This record gives sequence, structure tokens and C-alpha cells, in this order.
Amino acid sequence: MTDTAVSYRPDTASDPVRRKTSLLEVDALTRKRNAAETRFKIYGIVAILIGLFFLAALLYAILSNGLTAFNQTFVSVPVTLDRAAVEDAEASLVKTSKYNAMIDKALAARLAEAGIATQMKPTDLRKMLSSGAASQVREFVLENPGRVGETVTFDLLASSRVDGYLKGRVTRAALVNDKNLDAGHLDLIDAMGDAGIAVKRFNLAFITGADASDSRPEQAGIGVSMIGSFYMMLVVLLLSLPIGVAASIYLEEFAPQNRFTDMIEVNISNLAAVPSIVFGILGLAAFIQFAHLPQSAPIVGGLVLTLMTLPTIIISTRASLKAVPPSIRDAALGVGASKMQSVFHHVLPLAMPGILTGTIIGLAQALGETAPLLLIGMVGFIASNYPGGLASGFLDPNSAMPAQIYEWAKRADPAFYERAWGGIIVLLLFLMTMNIVAIILRRRFERRW
Amino acid sequence: MNIKALLSATAVASVAFAGAAVARDQIQIAGSSTVLPYASIVAEAFGENTEFPTPVVESGGSSAGLKKFCTGVGENTIDIANASRAIREKEIKACAEAGVTDIIEVRIGYDGIVFASDINGNGFTFTPTDWYKALAAEVVVDGKLVANEATSWKQVNEALPDQEIQAFIPGTKHGTREVFEEKVILQGCEDSGALKAMVDAGASEKDAEKKCMSLRTDGRSVDIDGDYTETLARLDANKNGIGVFGLAFYENNTDKLQVATMAGVTPSTETIASGEYPVSRPLFFYVKKAHIGVVPGLKEFAQFFVSDELAGPDGPLAQYGLVSDPELAKVQEAVASETTLTH
Repeated sequence: MTDTAVSYRPDTASDPVRRKTSLLEVDALTRKRNAAETRFKIYGIVAILIGLFFLAALLYAILSNGLTAFNQTFVSVPVTLDRAAVEDAEASLVKTSKYNAMIDKALAARLAEAGIATQMKPTDLRKMLSSGAASQVREFVLENPGRVGETVTFDLLASSRVDGYLKGRVTRAALVNDKNLDAGHLDLIDAMGDAGIAVKRFNLAFITGADASDSRPEQAGIGVSMIGSFYMMLVVLLLSLPIGVAASIYLEEFAPQNRFTDMIEVNISNLAAVPSIVFGILGLAAFIQFAHLPQSAPIVGGLVLTLMTLPTIIISTRASLKAVPPSIRDAALGVGASKMQSVFHHVLPLAMPGILTGTIIGLAQALGETAPLLLIGMVGFIASNYPGGLASGFLDPNSAMPAQIYEWAKRADPAFYERAWGGIIVLLLFLMTMNIVAIILRRRFERRW
Repeated sequence: MNIKALLSATAVASVAFAGAAVARDQIQIAGSSTVLPYASIVAEAFGENTEFPTPVVESGGSSAGLKKFCTGVGENTIDIANASRAIREKEIKACAEAGVTDIIEVRIGYDGIVFASDINGNGFTFTPTDWYKALAAEVVVDGKLVANEATSWKQVNEALPDQEIQAFIPGTKHGTREVFEEKVILQGCEDSGALKAMVDAGASEKDAEKKCMSLRTDGRSVDIDGDYTETLARLDANKNGIGVFGLAFYENNTDKLQVATMAGVTPSTETIASGEYPVSRPLFFYVKKAHIGVVPGLKEFAQFFVSDELAGPDGPLAQYGLVSDPELAKVQEAVASETTLTH
């Protein structure tokens, strides 16, 4: 510093022709430096604007494609549960197909009552309804055997194409080659909408429901895979938090500094960067093929994600332990506490907010992970049964939210595509909530020295 | 201490899980992504109509599914493999080596393979010869094999529109690829006389067939390893492209795709059932007999799958796009009597 100050002394005798400069007068060099600074600021702003633009485009794409998944078209039809017909249906092999006849009759009657004339056969009329309608009626019958013989009004789901028409996804022109629906159906749907038989409203079943097969996208929901994700996160939390914290405390507070612990440290950092698909293969080999845990089970998914999350938790825990000033430890040791007492009574509580933040971020990362789940059988038509209890939640086949989204995006019917976007919204809400909790924890409880 | 309690709780929990992980009551299915929609429709109906839980259906391709199927017998192996082609001799052997000896083959119906392009583009009327001449790595010109340099469909066949050749065909892990090679490329090779020319030139029949089916690698023909949705996305991005799809997929996306005729026949369930449309293939699933009676509902599921109500011409599978098997009754009988593959 002093050297430069000396060399720039204005009264240097060796340079008599040196021009006099003034601070008030901006010379070329200063202008150049100022311009460079301005340019740099502009680069920064442009970078941020590009980032914001992509964020906005992404959010727009997600919301515009996905919000429609939360609404669904329902057709309310009073169905007469004729005792003889119900008994006949229950005696057959494919029971739901017999219930369809009852729905056909009911729908035709409802249309006639509303004064909507149609030339269509009742079996063709049913194409407007979901193929899951029959099972909805049957479920009601099984749950309320006492009401057989009465006429019950059902809110049946409309088929995905009808729903797509009301949402503007399916156009009349697009129906030319469609063998499931024709323009006549659309006229009927318009009339039914006017008569209040077909209404579009919020569909809670999308959030709470189970996955549905390819023939009835309108019935598919993300609920069961949400439960799968929940159980997986439970496994991850219960395993990776205690193991991760114990490992970090030992490494940070008790372990001697030698080659061996250095190696462990390097390996933990490396593990954090291992691609998640590698953990999937490991999980398949170790947990399913060797340990014989069941396939597609959330416990296996949780174990695999635990492996993935552990390094993240260890690294963040060690960082927050390091951030606790040594004076705290020294003071504790000075008043006669043992090493363990100083750690558990003083250091750990002070490091807790940082540990929790790291854990939540690790969990959020695990929640959005799909790749390892591909290999342990959690992608496919899986999330169709609600787990029946705690053990079944861990052990019965289930999917996870990101895996369910991936599965929907693959399917042929465009209605599933809409649901994939809807699923993304649900997943993003979860991730956002977790990240906000992490931020609040950090803001409220973190202490700086 | 809190953490101590947590640790011991997790230890106890993991032991409890290891103990509980023995009985399985869901049927586990994996395999062809072409069969997946049908299997999931049946699985859903099975769960609704019986007291058994809904089976679990995974995809991944015929070969991957059969490989998984052949890893052995037991709770942590799958019960059923879906396949869009018949099981190979090699796979039966691999199965037998792992202890999977009794395999029940069930044919559920037929699937058409269609060629489709963007709905707003040119329409196409193909013959297998056109595809061979457009996609083969080397074609016969004046009795000699030369590298294929065709760039437009018009160069291949005067009757076709002047549109750049860009084909998206299924990758080699798909059963569809095998059918495409055999029923389209090889057929075209034969029809155009190229096969005969090669044999006349001194190549053995096997070598000549292999030569016929080697496709060009200069980017005109692109292998799609993902599902049909990926093919569709590629067509969306490249309006000149022509994609290979399953009939059911096309029928679900008629608003985006137009289908090409093959040898003058428009693909539909009717023309495939009658055998007029040349590019079709049977769909199968394979059942591990050793699991019948161990995994609850396995035989019931197989019977349910091929029942007239589901796999018949008016059933939900046909509704979705499956061409039902005219000999369904025979299949039902074979399932009922648990007839296994002989080799």
C-alpha cells in the first residue's frame, strides 16, 4: 500500500511534463474504469433477469398446464339400485360390468327427464362417463347394503375426453378420428352443461385418490403416492438424522485428527456428489436381492434415500458444530463438565438450528428424487392400494410423488399429461413448505458470534 | 438421552421390518411397456372385482421384464412378465438355470404397429419396400451393395411426397423393434428383390438377412429408447418425422397424429384382427407356475385377464386398442389347465 502511494506522488521530479489532473475532471482512464463497472453491473442485472424470466416461464408452464387437473367434470345421475340387478351383478365374474347397465338406464332416463333428446344407444351414452363409474356405484352398494332398492344420486366422473372438451383440451376438429367419442356426444355434453347435469368443480380426489389405469385418467389421484413419499421420508428422517448427527459429533468433537479420519472426511464429501441412480442400483443389490426386503416398498425407497441424504446431513451438521465457538466448550470444560457433557449440554443445542435446517433441506432433496426409485420397482402402476396401517405403509408396494409424476407423463392419454403437471404443483408446494420451515428455523433460532 | 432413545427405537424398528418382510399378498408384474396399459386396466378391475389387492405392474420393456422374471423363484421375484414378443429359447434356458422351469405362456391378443406423422403434414401410403429402401444402411443398386444416400421419400418411391426422410423407430430393448425389423424391413428387403440379389451375389441367407436389417446410422433413422410419448415429442419438434407407434397409442392421440397406410391397408382393430394389416404382433404374459398357490390370486388373475368380459372383442381392453384374440377360448383353457411351455 505504502509503495504505491509513494510512486504516485504528484510532485515526482523525474516526470516534469506530466499533465496536471484534477479530481473534478474525469480523465480517460477513469472513464474506462467506470464504464467497466457499469458494464459489470449490467451483466449482473441481465443474468438475474434471465433467471427471473426462466422462473416465470417455468411457473407459467406449470400453472397453466397443471391447474386444470384440480378441476374435474362430474355428471350427477340418480341410479336405481334394483335388488335383482345388484344380485345378478354380484354373481358374475366381472361384477362392475353389470353395474354399467344400471348406469346406462339411469343416464338415459336423466337425459329424457331434462328434455334432452338423443338418438344414441345407452351403451354409447356411457362413453361420456368414466369407466370407473361402475366401480363407484358398486363400492356404494358394498358399503351400504341396506340402501339396495332405493334410488341414489351419484356424482359420477365424466370421461377424460368429455372433461378435456369442457377444459378446451379436446376440440371438435380433433374428434374426427377418435373412436371413443364423436361430435354428437359433445352436443349432448353442451346440453347437459346447460341443464346443470354436468358440472365442473374442484376435485378433491386428485389430491387424495389412488392411481388409475390407462383407461380412466379422470380417476387418477396423487394421494396414495403422497402416503408412499411420507413413509419414505419417515424412514429417511428416523435413520439419517440420528446416524448423521452421531457421526458428525464423533468426527467433529472426539475423533483424533489422523490420516484415517481425513480419508473418511474426503469420502463423505465424495458420497454427497454420487449420482442418485448409483444408490438405486446399490439398493436393489443390497436391500432387495441380498436382504430380501419386498420390492416396491417404501421402506426400501427410504433406505436408499437415507444413503443419499446422509452425507448432506453430516456435512451440514459438522458445519454447524464448527460454528459453535470454542469458548463455549472451554467454559464448560473449565467448570468441570466432561467432554460428553460439554457436547450434549452446550454445543449440540446451540448447533441444533443448523442441523435441523440441513436435515430439512436434505429431506426436501430426497422427496424430489426419482432416479433411484426406478430401479427398486417404485415406478409403474403401483400406487393403487391405500396402505392398511403402519406396517403396511412401510412394506406394501407404493410409489412416490415424483415417480408418480414421471409415470403419468409417460402414458398415452393426454389427460394424464395434465395430471402430471398437477402433480408437479402438489410436489412443489411440499418442497416450498419444507424450505420455508427451514428458513424460519434458521432465522429464529440461529445464533451468530 | 433423546438421541439414544431414537437410535434404539430405529434399531428395534428395522429388526421388526426384517421379520415382517416375508409374506407378500400382491401379485407383482413387470415387463413390456406396450402391455403395461392393458395389464394395469386388468389389475385395476381385478382389485375392484375380487377380494385380492390390486396387483403391482411395472414397465421397463419385454427383455428387462423377462430377465427379472428369470432371476429365480421366491417372494422377492416377480410372478408375471409381460412381453410384446414370444419368450426366446435363450431366455427359457436362463430361466431354467435359475430354477424357473414351469412357465405358463398366455397370449392376450394382438397389437398393431402403425406409422404416423404430424396431423398437419403430408399423408403417406407406405409399402415395406419403401421403408427398406429409406432406412437400410446399404441398398442394392445394379447388383452391388452401396451406402444408402436417399434423403427424400420421393427418391425412394415416386408416389410418396417429397419430404425429408426422418424416422423415429423403437430402440433395441423394445419388443416392437423386432417386429418392425421382421415385418417391415426384412419384408421390404425381400419384396424389393434385394435379399435375392445378395444371395445370388454369394452371401449366405443368414448374412443377407442380417445385412437387410442393419439400419443406416447417419441420423435419418433415430432409435427411441423411451416410450411412445418420447416419439410423439420428437415428432412435435420435427414436423417432417415419421414415428412408429402402437395402435392403442395412436388411437389415444388422433388429434396430433395421422396414420399412414401400409401396403394399402389402414391399420384398425378390424384389419389387424382379419390379418389384412401386415404389421401386427401377439402380446403375451408369462406366469411362474411355482408361484400359483403361494401368491394369493395369481391363477385367478391370469384367468380374469383372458376372460371374455375383459379380453373379448367388447371388453375394456379392446376398447383401449387391443385386438382381441380370435382363439381366446383356447387360451382360457390353457390357463385353466396350467399348461406350461415345453422345450
